[in-house]
Amino acid sequence: MISDILQLEKSALGELAQAKTQEAILAVRTKYLGRKGLLTGLLRNIAHVPVDEKPLFGKRCNEVKELLDVKIEEALKLQAESKKEAILAKEKIDVTLPGRSIPPGRIHPVIQIRREICEIFASFGFSVVEGPEVELDYYNFESLNIPKDHPARDMQDTFYIEDNMVLRTHTSPVQVRIMEKVQPPVRILSPGRVYRPDSDVSHTPMFHQIEGLLVDRGISFADLKGILTAFLKKVFGSDTVLRFRPSFFPFTEPSAEVDIRCVMCKGSGCRVCGQSGWLEILGSGMVDPAVFKNVGYDPEIYSGFAFGLGLERIAMLKYGISDIRLLFENDIRFLKQF
Amino acid sequence: MLVSLKWLKDYIDFELSAQELADRLTMAGLEVDEIKTIAPKFSGVVVAEILSVTPHPKADKLSLCTVTDGTETYPVVCGAKNIKAGDVVPLAKVGAVIPGGYTIKSTVLRGEKSDGMLCSEAELEVGDDASGIMHLPSGMTRGTPLENALDLGDTVLDVSITPNRSDCLSMIGMAREVAALTGGKIKMPSIDIEESDQDIRSLSSVTIVAADLCPRYSARMIQNVKIGDSPVWMKARLEAAGMRAINNVVDVTNFVMLEMGQPLHAFDFRFLEEGRIVVRKSKDGEEFVSLDEKSHVLPPDTVLICDGKKPVAIGGIMGGLNSEVKEDTQVIFLESAYFNPSSIRRSSRRLAMPTDAAFRFERGIDPEGVIRALDRAAQLMAGLSGGTVCKNYIDEYPKKIPAVQNIPLRLDRIREIIGTAILSEDVIRILNSIDMKVVDKGNGKYLVTPPTSRVDIEREIDLVEEVVRLYGYDRVPVTVPAVSVKEIDVIPRLVLEERVRQLFTGCGYSEIINYSFTRPASVDELLLPPDDERRRFVVIRNPLTEEQSVMRTTLSYGLLETLKKNINNASFNLKIFEIGRIFLKRGDGELPEEKNILAGLLSGKTSENLWGLKVNVDFYDLKGCLENLFYDLKLEKCRYHAEISEPFLHPGQSCNLYVNDAKIGFMGQVHPEVLEKMDIRSNAYLFEINLDVLDKQLNPRIDYREISKFPAVTRDVAFVVPIPMEADKMLEIVLTQQEYLLENVGIFDIYAGKGLDEGTKSLGLRFSYRAPDRTLTDAEINSIHERIVNSTVRLTGAKIRA
Repeated sequence: MISDILQLEKSALGELAQAKTQEAILAVRTKYLGRKGLLTGLLRNIAHVPVDEKPLFGKRCNEVKELLDVKIEEALKLQAESKKEAILAKEKIDVTLPGRSIPPGRIHPVIQIRREICEIFASFGFSVVEGPEVELDYYNFESLNIPKDHPARDMQDTFYIEDNMVLRTHTSPVQVRIMEKVQPPVRILSPGRVYRPDSDVSHTPMFHQIEGLLVDRGISFADLKGILTAFLKKVFGSDTVLRFRPSFFPFTEPSAEVDIRCVMCKGSGCRVCGQSGWLEILGSGMVDPAVFKNVGYDPEIYSGFAFGLGLERIAMLKYGISDIRLLFENDIRFLKQF
Repeated sequence: MLVSLKWLKDYIDFELSAQELADRLTMAGLEVDEIKTIAPKFSGVVVAEILSVTPHPKADKLSLCTVTDGTETYPVVCGAKNIKAGDVVPLAKVGAVIPGGYTIKSTVLRGEKSDGMLCSEAELEVGDDASGIMHLPSGMTRGTPLENALDLGDTVLDVSITPNRSDCLSMIGMAREVAALTGGKIKMPSIDIEESDQDIRSLSSVTIVAADLCPRYSARMIQNVKIGDSPVWMKARLEAAGMRAINNVVDVTNFVMLEMGQPLHAFDFRFLEEGRIVVRKSKDGEEFVSLDEKSHVLPPDTVLICDGKKPVAIGGIMGGLNSEVKEDTQVIFLESAYFNPSSIRRSSRRLAMPTDAAFRFERGIDPEGVIRALDRAAQLMAGLSGGTVCKNYIDEYPKKIPAVQNIPLRLDRIREIIGTAILSEDVIRILNSIDMKVVDKGNGKYLVTPPTSRVDIEREIDLVEEVVRLYGYDRVPVTVPAVSVKEIDVIPRLVLEERVRQLFTGCGYSEIINYSFTRPASVDELLLPPDDERRRFVVIRNPLTEEQSVMRTTLSYGLLETLKKNINNASFNLKIFEIGRIFLKRGDGELPEEKNILAGLLSGKTSENLWGLKVNVDFYDLKGCLENLFYDLKLEKCRYHAEISEPFLHPGQSCNLYVNDAKIGFMGQVHPEVLEKMDIRSNAYLFEINLDVLDKQLNPRIDYREISKFPAVTRDVAFVVPIPMEADKMLEIVLTQQEYLLENVGIFDIYAGKGLDEGTKSLGLRFSYRAPDRTLTDAEINSIHERIVNSTVRLTGAKIRA
């Protein structure tokens, strides 16, 4: 009789191993452990077992029942897992197909440069200010020590609206408007559109400038060098080599043109720098006492420096753009690159 | 200013290479733009020796020479008489090119082979002698290219002279600067005039009527001149300086102008009626023909040089055709004058005659150099043209041109401005090196008198600049300013602009920058009515083109033009925005109104994605982006008013935008007629928002509202209403009932068509109810909801759709 149990255990485990679906496994359970199942049947027959074998027979039957219970549970669990895996496998997608999104737009490269420069100067304590783009001759020229009929006007060809009204040729008039309103210390940055009648690969009739002004007691040319050196190293990298050389602007004296070692050829001479190895980056100088007098500052008490630079030029150098006009063509294929 | 180094060396010796000199000048504020080399006008000509000369058997005037270049010998047939064996001469070998573009070939001259040509100075244009073959020093190495042996050719620096440095618009001025940079000494040309007995003052006179415009006028007379070509050396100088040689009189005036910076003019004396000069102002409408044969109507107050009867030159700008030097001119009346700089500038601008003379006069010449230049030119002219200089000169100088003297200068001030403790002796040395007279008053105080050629030096600060310029900007230390602490001021609108950029780029829009000027016809193409304020253009007087002749009054037109350009480039799906100003004219003499505008445009399909959804964009795509913006800015009271907005927008698909009852802009589909006029074959939606107005509506305050822990219950109802009924109106009516448990109501469905009456639509509204403090019961909700729906039906006349 014991041998019946062993036989039954063996065939049950064998059938269970063959059962691949949940139904098959459940069928094995019903066949052996169900109410009319084979193991149940054996137990029911315990009356016919000789008395001395009864304890062992009962024990064995229960052992087999427990074993089958465990095995069947395991098989069910295993089967459920492999079913889940099969579903997941079926759901596999091609991850290399492009994503579905709203592709982000881009900020205009000139504005990106403006933002960068304003942030650098904000860290030096400069506030951004604004002024009109259609400007009085007085603010654009005369207050900046550029009288009428003066050759210095040749430095900036001008769009005229009326005899005494122009499209501003630089953002410098803003410094006068601000100084008229506030007393030193002054630390301002005026970015904006400016206009000069000129159009070729390196000129557009409209472009962007940033003008900076710092006025306080005891500001020197050495300070000008300090601030502008720190600024240019932030924009072009800490290994940037620069030079200050004398120049002329009617509203600053002494005046300095600031060059950086050519970013393309590193100074050996190329087309971008006109073989000179240097790139003109900005104009600067100590504010001319005549300008201070025009705004009512005492040049014996206050001194300061101003500087101005063209944003398009910086953008062109940073991104390797050879024709300035591309910046205003607004070709989306161009704009998407920045 | 083109500076020939050979010419420069006439006045100053220096050992620097062209590059080194260029670097030094650049670092002293005289920026060298370019270094050019001027090659001689021939090639293939070498130093050669004549070995033998024998007569040509068939031609009396020719001889047969054997010539060697040190390695080979050549037979050369030659027509000149001044040669013999042993002479060292220039040989143009076969293949050589000589001036005029002639190439030397191997030929046979009357039966004799000739492999080259012996040359005269004139043939090579290295001198004027055309009488025979040029003789070279016998020590020259045979075979050396002639240009090397004679050191021909030149190097020219193109120096850009800033408007303040008129003193450097001359070779001597440049030499002075080089002397200061190298410590060298200037060699001035010696002036020694041989005068005849004839006194100019007995032949002519000068009267200055307009002394304010011409404070000084001097003249000399040169008689018996013979007009001809200038010598080669002078031609070479003029050419190196970028000028064309004309004749031996005119060239001298140009030469001396380039040498000394003083413009001069030579009149043919026989055309000066009454033999005298009167300097006066032009009369209104006066006409004059300049020597370039152009006729001018003179602006008033132009300084005119006249003879006894008529104008003969526009003073300081150009001579007249009626008195110019001709081939048969014999007597020269030579003018050297000083003109008022602003007057010359005004006239030359108005006449559009930016001549070399005007360029120098308007920047200011050395008033005390007038006579020196006059004498120099008279001497050269007489020398070159065989003429004689009359005794004496005329110098009308009624009004002394003030020279600046004894400018006070303080060592402390220099140090403060430069930011370094420069030494007193350095200051004095630097100023002396540029011919400034320095009186040291002790205690770091000086009185400085600049040379009269430095018209730019008037004030202490001008001297400070000279000191630091020559001290060297690179020697000035780099310091950090000790500034007072000050808070940064922020312009709120600029902060708003940055948020707009962030949001719009996030929505897929790229920023563009259009020119601020546009075409006047833009407003016609946008169908703006005659009284629209956007027709109040700020007009540019001197535009580059008609397309850029007025300042824009709207950003929309530029966006549409940008769309068109991009469509031409096959970029059909466009999402762009711009932030910039528009300009509206006010009264004359008044600055225009400048408004800060944000504008955007949407066109094409919703997605560029190859496998995703591809449908045409519509009004709601654009509106969605604006809603995002308003959401981001915490603007809750935004309204879209479908009143007639803009003539260039579709009347049924456009609206004005309001925030808190302030009109901030408009949006909508572009009118098909506008698209057709502009030849844009695409759909387009655009908006404009006035950022100045929007900025004022912003409220940065955020009030947190507690989130309810209890569930919301929704109820959907479809109302059948007439088609014109706006969704906003429906929602407004619902909300006016002020049921506080109604948390939210929105549109979930719109339907028109089958099953509904003609002219009606169904608006599906989703009502959401929630209490902050409890879970609502069905009964409670039903009663509220029923009440709202019923009163909505009553207020709108809607029917409930089953």
